[in-house]
Amino acid sequence: MSQRNPEISKGVDWSLVWLWALLSFIGIMAIFGVTYHEGDNVLQTFLRFRTDYSRQFYFFVASAFIGMFILLTDSKFFPATANLWYAAGILLILLVFPLGSKVKGTESIIKVGGSFQFQPAEFCKICVCLALAKYLSRPETDFRRTQSQLIAAGIALLPAAFSIMQSETGLALVYLSFFIVMYREGLSSAVLIIGFSIGTLIVATLLVEKNLLAIILTAIAAFVIYIMRRQIKRNRALLVNIVLLWGLCVGIQRFGVPFIFKHILATHQVERIFSTIGKDIPSEYKKVQKGDQVKVGVKKDVDYNVKQSKIAIGSGGFAGKGLLKGTQTRFDFVPEQRTDFIFCTIGEGFGFIGSLVLLVLYLVLLFRIVTVAERQRSVFSRCYAYGVGAVFFFHIAINLAMTVGLAPVIGIPLPFVSYGGTSLLTNTILLFILIRLDADRQMVLR
Amino acid sequence: MPVFNQSRSRIIKLIFTVAFLVILVQLFNLQVISGKYRKLAMDNAVYPKIVYPERGIIFDRKGKAILNNSIMYDMMVTPAEIKGIDTLEFCRMMEIDTAEFNRRILDARFKNTAVRPSIFEDLLTPELQVRFEENSWKFPGFVLVQRPVRVYPFKAAAHILGYIAEVSPKQIENSESFYRMGDYVGQTGLEAIYEKVLMGQRGVQYLIKDNKNRLVGSYEKGEFDTAAIAGRGLRTFIDIELQQLAEKLMTNKVGSVVALDPKTGGILAMTSGPNFNPNELTGPDKNKNYTRLVLDVSAPLLNRAIKGQYPPGSTFKPLGALIALDEGVINANYGFPCGGRYHGCGIGKPACTHSGGGHAATLRLSIANSCNSYYAHVYRLTVDNPKYKNVKDGYEKWHDYMNAFGLGVRLGIDLPSEDRGNIPDTAVYNREYRNQWNSCTNLTLGIGQDKMLATPLQLANAMCIVANKGYYYTPHFVDKIEGETEEDTALLNKYRKKHEVLTNISDLDYNEVIDGMQDVVESGTARIAKIPGIEICAKTGTAENFTFLDGKKLKLPDNSMFVCFAPKENPRIALAVTVENAGFGSTWAGPIARILMEKYLNDTIQEKSKADVERISNTDLMPKYYIRKQYITDSLRAVEWFKLTKDSSYIKKYVFENTTAPGPEENKEQGKQEKKESLVFRNVERSYRQKQFVRTT
Repeated sequence: MSQRNPEISKGVDWSLVWLWALLSFIGIMAIFGVTYHEGDNVLQTFLRFRTDYSRQFYFFVASAFIGMFILLTDSKFFPATANLWYAAGILLILLVFPLGSKVKGTESIIKVGGSFQFQPAEFCKICVCLALAKYLSRPETDFRRTQSQLIAAGIALLPAAFSIMQSETGLALVYLSFFIVMYREGLSSAVLIIGFSIGTLIVATLLVEKNLLAIILTAIAAFVIYIMRRQIKRNRALLVNIVLLWGLCVGIQRFGVPFIFKHILATHQVERIFSTIGKDIPSEYKKVQKGDQVKVGVKKDVDYNVKQSKIAIGSGGFAGKGLLKGTQTRFDFVPEQRTDFIFCTIGEGFGFIGSLVLLVLYLVLLFRIVTVAERQRSVFSRCYAYGVGAVFFFHIAINLAMTVGLAPVIGIPLPFVSYGGTSLLTNTILLFILIRLDADRQMVLR
Repeated sequence: MPVFNQSRSRIIKLIFTVAFLVILVQLFNLQVISGKYRKLAMDNAVYPKIVYPERGIIFDRKGKAILNNSIMYDMMVTPAEIKGIDTLEFCRMMEIDTAEFNRRILDARFKNTAVRPSIFEDLLTPELQVRFEENSWKFPGFVLVQRPVRVYPFKAAAHILGYIAEVSPKQIENSESFYRMGDYVGQTGLEAIYEKVLMGQRGVQYLIKDNKNRLVGSYEKGEFDTAAIAGRGLRTFIDIELQQLAEKLMTNKVGSVVALDPKTGGILAMTSGPNFNPNELTGPDKNKNYTRLVLDVSAPLLNRAIKGQYPPGSTFKPLGALIALDEGVINANYGFPCGGRYHGCGIGKPACTHSGGGHAATLRLSIANSCNSYYAHVYRLTVDNPKYKNVKDGYEKWHDYMNAFGLGVRLGIDLPSEDRGNIPDTAVYNREYRNQWNSCTNLTLGIGQDKMLATPLQLANAMCIVANKGYYYTPHFVDKIEGETEEDTALLNKYRKKHEVLTNISDLDYNEVIDGMQDVVESGTARIAKIPGIEICAKTGTAENFTFLDGKKLKLPDNSMFVCFAPKENPRIALAVTVENAGFGSTWAGPIARILMEKYLNDTIQEKSKADVERISNTDLMPKYYIRKQYITDSLRAVEWFKLTKDSSYIKKYVFENTTAPGPEENKEQGKQEKKESLVFRNVERSYRQKQFVRTT
């Protein structure tokens, strides 16, 4: 093929393609480890579409074709149609409202045909990536202006808002990753620092008793005023700022967080957040819903998933039990282990060594993407590359942190490894558009 | 190409790295540092299933299995699999109502979830099992599961064989947690003593279970499993036909029969009346039956052969004669002029059944006619022997003889909780009479009374010593253990050791006494025990006894005792028969012993004896005072019950015998515990009434 059409392979970053193939292979193997039953004919089940691993294999083949197709397109196509993609993405998300169906607690899925499900919010990541890159690369955009920054944030967060409305908080969180792109393009570090501080404040609110936290905050404010008393004497406005900041913090702590927990988050999300920090849910956040307490039967612990996931990973030990030897993952102790908790299979089967290899592979992928991003001549390509890297990073970090019990259970899949057609296709498209753009890195795209 | 803000790429890489490091540290913590997760995963997924071996079988001397294993069925239910069954039909088949059905299903769901099988009803009766198997296709979700149980094919030897039951928390503690909850362990009898041999070795099978605790296969293809090793069998000396006959003869009698083989100490038969069918304690009604047996004042669970303590009465006389002969205080020609009473101590006691006619002119005659005066006097001669300083030393010597005969000491039979009877030592009399006592004080020891108590086993064993002319083997049941190990040999060695305790007594002396005992049958008190063609040596006994009832000392009818061995030359069987409160030794105990000897020695019984078997087994000799005693204990329990629950219905029943008892319908609304309790009471009440009915007709 390369003989006939030398342009296709020219400039392609093969390391990314190899990483993609390797991770997908690990994914198929892990899914095989979960769903293979002793005595099944491997070849037969692999070729038929019946089992999950064979399905994932066919998804992989389909992804490969689409990837190839993307490599065949002109790289100018993407900046040219970026806004169109975005419009289509938003439209698809909006289509969920009339057409969506409820699957496993989320309402963000459209069923196409009989069994095929499609999640627009997943697909929309590509659109946002392209549209944000397009916006940031416009010659008329001056990203130092607050207005531009707000518009960029709006582009990134609009699908997230729709997503939340469809009870799909997990995916909505991923859209926050685009702040990394904006940061690279000049968003003030202060924004990231403030964002991080607010995060810390919220976690502190959950962990520390609220009156005590208020006293601590006041003490910090008083301490700062004392330290800065010289400057304050010269500049009265500074005092006002400090007091305002203090007021904001206490306000978030006393009213903001309770508001979010009472009115925005669903019961299961509140439960998961509190189970991650290892505390009981305060009575004020407990929501009594009709029909909730009538359920009779053995109710699993709120943190059952995480407990079993930790047991699975922990029992792998240093070297692991070997593929198909893991009792935790083989016998369905970990729920959702083909999809969101696929890492358990690797942790149990291949131990710390296997996990380390996977983590290194992912880190290499991310670093490679950053390197690729930095070598682009066009801003569009660079922004797009950072978008891809940021999305992957969020997925990987949150998913892994969740399986090892560092983050609340948020249902987002592990890129290329988790079972699921939409996820694999979306991530493949994201990556292959990047490879396509990178192949033309000497070209300035607008 | 210098790009604006390019340095930030490094910060972004840093953020990536830090996040990954945090995750890596947690992974290291989970997988390498913390060791608990591997065990947790094992606990989650691997279920060590205990495989119970088949319990050892107990055989009789002819190799018949007298305690065997059988299969009964538990009905299991998996609630989730019940679909479209006709509940009414099912309930009709099971003889329960729908409320009970629903309760059990709910119980199963609650205890074991809907997807796992739990017991719906345990140990189905054979009829129910057949009925269910015919219709099982109609009832998906219900299956029968085999459960091994012990069966007693001959329905005999309950006291000897014992039974198994679920291990108690105390037993678990004593075994240092060798046993686990739900294990079955021998509780009494041979089942308890030979528990280690019979139980075999438990195996473990490691099974994989899934997230709903369902077992889905073996772990690592059974690599770590250990196989169960079946319990080993016991070959005993018991002659099961003799045992059955003895039990038949003892129906509706209180007392016991012990038959020994003097040559080996092997126990041929041992029964205690009242008896019970051992199968009652294994089947579906075991708890109900056990309660009934425990509450019965005639104590059917008590093995009177080793725990019943009787004054031996005249059956002691041959021993008294042997001691006196050995001590040289009398010889075979010694005679005593008995006129119907013994006046040696000036009180004219004890009295004698015979008077005059020279019925105690020689030793042989005195045994044959069982002269009380003779033996009272012989006892005095023995303890007042001038060889010894005083009566206490003489008594001490006599006491040693008694212990040598196995009286007043535990023999060490292979059954739990054997009693040792009572031969008081000098200290007892010293205390009671402030050191002021002489041979007249405990004169009736010479005729087997006073404080002397012996178990039927001891009496039978003493007969062995006489028959063997001085030696015995410790009475025991087990002859051989299948696949005998060194440990087993050590256990059995004490039964294989010959105890030459009284070989110091000369054979001449033994022959005199044995001849006398033969005369007992030929021409003396036990002519009823004569069997044509067999030389039998025997001694009857008729011992006074008392009980305390309603705070008064009550004189009861005499105990009927009989000891014997046969044939005279080369003895093969020694017997001790006790029938409580039945009168003379020759009326009941004698014929019972004769029939048993006939059965064992001739392997068949003559027509006359067959008629006797029927006559004896159909005679009810249950002591009358038991009725009153049962009434007292039951009414006391009713009072306790009233104190606990303020439910006076039971008390009323006992106060006004004629008022109608509350029917079972009225109790229905009351609590479950109470129901159970009332069941117990109804049983007691029923058995009580039945007994009364028997007495009055």
